[in-house]
Amino acid sequence: MTTELNWNLVDDIRQLLSFHFMLNALRAGTIVAGVAGAVGYLMVLRRQTFAGHTLALIGFPGAAGATWLGLNTAVGYFGFCVAGALIISALPRRGAPNAGLGGFSEESAAIGTVQAFALACGFLFVSLYSGFLNGLNSLLFGTIIGITDQQVLVLLIAGAGCLLVLILLGRRLLFSTIDPEVARAKGVPTRLVGTAFLVLLGVAAGGTSQITGSLLVFALLVAPAAAATRLTAQPAAGVALSIMLALLITWMGEAFAFFSPYPIGFWVTTLGFAAFLLATAYRGIADRIARHPPIPYPPRRVLSGSAGR
Amino acid sequence: MNRHAGEIALDATASRNLDGVDAGREVVWLSGAAAQMGGQTIWSDVSLTVRAGEFIAILGPNGVGKSTLLKAILGLVPLAAGQARVLGARPKTGNAATGYLPQRRAFDPGVRVRGVDIVRLGWDGDRWGVPLPALPWAHRSRIARQRVREVIDLVGAQSYANRPIGQSSGGEQQRLLIAQALVRRPELLLLDEPLDSLDVTSQASISALIQSVCRSEGVAVMLVAHDVNPILPYLDQVIYLSRRGVVMGPPEEVITADTLSMLYGTPIDVLRDHAGRLVVVGQQDLPLHRLPRLRHSP
Repeated sequence: MTTELNWNLVDDIRQLLSFHFMLNALRAGTIVAGVAGAVGYLMVLRRQTFAGHTLALIGFPGAAGATWLGLNTAVGYFGFCVAGALIISALPRRGAPNAGLGGFSEESAAIGTVQAFALACGFLFVSLYSGFLNGLNSLLFGTIIGITDQQVLVLLIAGAGCLLVLILLGRRLLFSTIDPEVARAKGVPTRLVGTAFLVLLGVAAGGTSQITGSLLVFALLVAPAAAATRLTAQPAAGVALSIMLALLITWMGEAFAFFSPYPIGFWVTTLGFAAFLLATAYRGIADRIARHPPIPYPPRRVLSGSAGR
Repeated sequence: MNRHAGEIALDATASRNLDGVDAGREVVWLSGAAAQMGGQTIWSDVSLTVRAGEFIAILGPNGVGKSTLLKAILGLVPLAAGQARVLGARPKTGNAATGYLPQRRAFDPGVRVRGVDIVRLGWDGDRWGVPLPALPWAHRSRIARQRVREVIDLVGAQSYANRPIGQSSGGEQQRLLIAQALVRRPELLLLDEPLDSLDVTSQASISALIQSVCRSEGVAVMLVAHDVNPILPYLDQVIYLSRRGVVMGPPEEVITADTLSMLYGTPIDVLRDHAGRLVVVGQQDLPLHRLPRLRHSP
């Protein structure tokens, strides 16, 4: 980068926004973080992080294949991620009838196999498209350079649609996450809701991949959500907090990447990890205090009495 | 009080009708009902009637289809034969007038959702969309919050309803889940082994809670149990399911050596200890899986 950090916040931000590519990176990052924060919170609650990770990795062969065929990478990301979501939701779920309380038990072995195959396909496409080596890094670890206006528009449409469907599913999604058996008895189509959510997760993972790269999607999809669940046990507040953390992590990560020689994937992931660590520490301390309330200070009289002597 | 509402149908060899004083509306009615699982009939020829405000236990050996009976009433499992009416209609899912507590383990300690939110899901969790922000002047959300608070008071869960449910004990979780099942003022409560995996004190207090809800709210309760003793003093009727048929009647008439020996097709003794607890004893040489699962008192 040819830019200098002046340690003057207003000036630095003005400097940052004077580049069109940076403006696009921030726009795309904002959209992606909003979606990832919201979808990620539900994903953590549903314990489908492994499925989410797999969907993100499935985006890699999609993008690599699209590049190989000369298509837009966004087509590859979204196409593969949504197809992957449909495949995972179609996998037979052998879960015991009472295994569903407060989250899902998954067929992790089957999903893991799909994941390995996806990575291998991605690598195949990369080697088929020779001279692609530089692009490989940004596909896997993200980039802030070269996000086009058109890409931002695609992300905006996908993100808005994703959030709209998430709001529409709303309570039924929460109910079938927390208590699938009762939800089913209450007439909630839990299977359909589950499939719809996986598709949303696919869109969120596909979108996030375009900023953070396929391997580091979790920085935005899991870290803010996991931090939020540790900070609050209230679902609505949790979603809001998760979105806010994701936005903060993205903006700061992009700014740091702009002013430093290190890539965005590193910054976003590091900030996400820091947020997660802080939230975990906060939870640990808060729980400890709740279990053992602090001993009240000795009465003032005792203190002043000893000080007076 | 209706002391009888069912029939005995034992492989068509015995069929008798105990007459009682009629009271209460019919809530559940089954006639010649049968259920299948994996192509095999698990129970058949089940005819019974449950009336408003009755407290009924469903007993029987493992794998006989006690949970399936509840699921058939809920409309989750179709009947293979016979007819059923639940609250005047065919059994179907999404019935707001039935509350359901499936058989399960406890919430994982890591589940960080408050008890109040779990109870609230029973109120409107089956709707699309998200509730509008809880503005103080929003009438609907005020009604919802008020009702949620009411049932939490009813089950006595005020002190831990705002904690993440994963941090509550098994008995506390069970109270919150009962509150969730009650929040829409159901007329029928279907509970699948709510006392299992609870310690003795919690078993007693949850039993008493269910009984008081049954009486004060006029809710008919059908409860699947392994151990009849914690609820024995409160029961109006017992449904005893077995492969050889089903018997329904007051507990003192059903849990007898004669009836159980008939159901199992082998001699069985029913003993009563000084506290009135029942002990069911099978023959020594009975294969273990055919022993009745009425828990033997300590």
